[in-house]
Amino acid sequence: MSKIGIIIQREYRSRVMKKSFLLLTFLTPIFMAAMIILPMWIATMKDETVKNIIVVDRTNELKDVLKTNEQYTFEFVDESLEHVRDNQQQSKKSDNLTAILYVSDNLVENPNAVTIYSEKQINVELKGYIAQELNNYVRDKKLEALNIQDLKEKIEQAKSDVNISTIKWDSSGKETEGSAEMALIIGMAAAFLIYMFIMSYGSQVMSGVLQEKTSRIVEVIISSVKPFELMMGKIIGIALVGLTQFTIWIVFTLILSSIGTAFLGPDLSTAAMTETAHISQTAMTDADTADMVSKVYSMLSGFDFVKVLFLFLIYFLGGYLLYASLFAAIGSAVDNETDTQQFSMPITLPIIFAIFIALYAAQSPDSSLAFWGSMIPFTSPVVMMARIPYDVPTWQILLSIAILVGSFIASTWLAGKIYRTGILMYGKKVTWKELWKWVRVK
Amino acid sequence: MKLLEINNVVKQYSGHRALDGVSLNVPRGSVYGFLGPNGAGKTTLIRIINCITAPDSGEVLLNGKKLTLEDVRNIGYLPEERGLYKKMKVGEQALYLARLKGMSKADALKALKYWFEKFEIQGWWNKKVEELSKGMAQKVQFITTILHKPELLIFDEPFSGFDPVNADLLKREILELRNQGATIIFSTHNMASVEELCENISLVNKSKIVLQGNVAEIRATHASDTLQLRTATEFQLQNCDIISQNIENDVCETIVKKKDCGSNNEILQEVMSQTQVFSFVEQLPTMNDIFIRTVTK
Repeated sequence: MSKIGIIIQREYRSRVMKKSFLLLTFLTPIFMAAMIILPMWIATMKDETVKNIIVVDRTNELKDVLKTNEQYTFEFVDESLEHVRDNQQQSKKSDNLTAILYVSDNLVENPNAVTIYSEKQINVELKGYIAQELNNYVRDKKLEALNIQDLKEKIEQAKSDVNISTIKWDSSGKETEGSAEMALIIGMAAAFLIYMFIMSYGSQVMSGVLQEKTSRIVEVIISSVKPFELMMGKIIGIALVGLTQFTIWIVFTLILSSIGTAFLGPDLSTAAMTETAHISQTAMTDADTADMVSKVYSMLSGFDFVKVLFLFLIYFLGGYLLYASLFAAIGSAVDNETDTQQFSMPITLPIIFAIFIALYAAQSPDSSLAFWGSMIPFTSPVVMMARIPYDVPTWQILLSIAILVGSFIASTWLAGKIYRTGILMYGKKVTWKELWKWVRVK
Repeated sequence: MKLLEINNVVKQYSGHRALDGVSLNVPRGSVYGFLGPNGAGKTTLIRIINCITAPDSGEVLLNGKKLTLEDVRNIGYLPEERGLYKKMKVGEQALYLARLKGMSKADALKALKYWFEKFEIQGWWNKKVEELSKGMAQKVQFITTILHKPELLIFDEPFSGFDPVNADLLKREILELRNQGATIIFSTHNMASVEELCENISLVNKSKIVLQGNVAEIRATHASDTLQLRTATEFQLQNCDIISQNIENDVCETIVKKKDCGSNNEILQEVMSQTQVFSFVEQLPTMNDIFIRTVTK
């Protein structure tokens, strides 16, 4: 095996065998899945107990409005509020009682005349239900007061629910159902993931180089291998660690999500959707919900995940190689951890900047800022990932990749020069001028 | 025959001159010592030989040819500040370094097994380096330095951090390596080890070589002309000063200052005529004395 291969192997093994790597790699997808599945699962667990509400209605008009159903029973009593309350407390029947609803005045004239009394705080669902029913009642009353014939029916007819489908067609006229929201989410997720990967693995390169320098092990190793081999071995080894982690995440996510769908199935997502619909108080029929679920599925399937994944890998590698070589140069030039900050600042700034451009590009993917952001190599991996779900023209992708590849070759060459001198230099405060001198040394 | 030749090397750091016109020759198959007080420039010289820093002027020749980076691959170098990956296991690390030196995995494992057994440290194989003491880590690093049987070995302060038992073990190994044909250069403060190991030395002080040559010759030229005699009874000398004379356990020990009083043979004859001689030793200064005398001069 060549020497660079031996170095790659060591860098890879020493990181992958670490407990923290295994923990992070396997726990993150589980954690992520839990974040998604848990709320859905909780949403499926409906409160099954029947809630009893005693209504003290001074207006005597609500008997038809608040009707007992399978979830709530409404008992109308013709007593004073105090009496009902005392009664309840004495008879200790409060176990069955959820709340007392007290309507003191005509709601059309005085919309604040409703109070709910309870021993325990009542839940949002109950409050929402009562509010919804009373609102409908008040609205109907007001409409009636206008005295226009068939007004209610007319309004019902005038109600509309505009639902825009976005369909993309390609040059051959083939249509695919697209979704602007989906593109936004996937684009931002990919951009952010690439940002995280570049930052965390890039700084691993830097601290690895610095550690070798401060422990002086580099003096021994340099006598056996060329500095450039040592640097590239580290960079490639750590890149492989990143790819391993990414692959495990993808595989794990696929496994977890297929297990999730198999066990909980569409039931789960339907339940979650209904719940969302309920909370937002939009009246939504089951048919609507089912429609929406199938829409999400078709949006997802209309998405070219293989392409996104493939480009993700290319941009991850390109961006990582560009930044990692610069991080390696910094690690070699300084003597300790605190000095790294001074030099890593100009390198971390563009990538942080890239995230902001990506946020913007995900909303207006064809703007000139988005275009240039996805061409400049320091921001292109992150920005282009945010644009890709919107079907960027192929020539732009190819051009951006070509620029990226050219840049990382240049930056690796530059870093190699700095590294070669820096790694063996001690006790000297390095300046930018000094670094430039090292680059020009033959 | 010269293996390594250093000609008029100068190294200037901002503020001070670390080496000022240093020249020396290291004969093949010998043990060569770099001596000198702290900060004299020993490590700088070693780093130049290893191509870690370049001299401002002067040249380093190996086998008569200018030293290149390729040559350095065949040097075994033990730096003064020991460096090993702290989180890595001892065996794995030794194997890694050996393979970087170009040994095959099988060869490296075989050689490591031999040395780990020889140093009786087989139990450390799966320990992490950070669990080892300084001296223990140094033993491991010594093995990784010599494992690939380099022609030239350079040890920077090899004895620092070792207890007397392990220092002795190290000395024996150095001599054995020399007997097998290796050329060894080491820097040290440990003067006793210089007398035991080195054929030649260079004493560096304040960036310059102040004393250079064969250890035996240096000691002879620095001889302070004192004789130590052990005899059965007391005796008198006509031309020489007797500095001290005591009798203890039926042995008379006498220290004589030699000064215009003829050769050793004449003195011996004079003593023999008076009493029975047990031993007659010309006292040579230790390297320690020479070191202190030269440096403080």
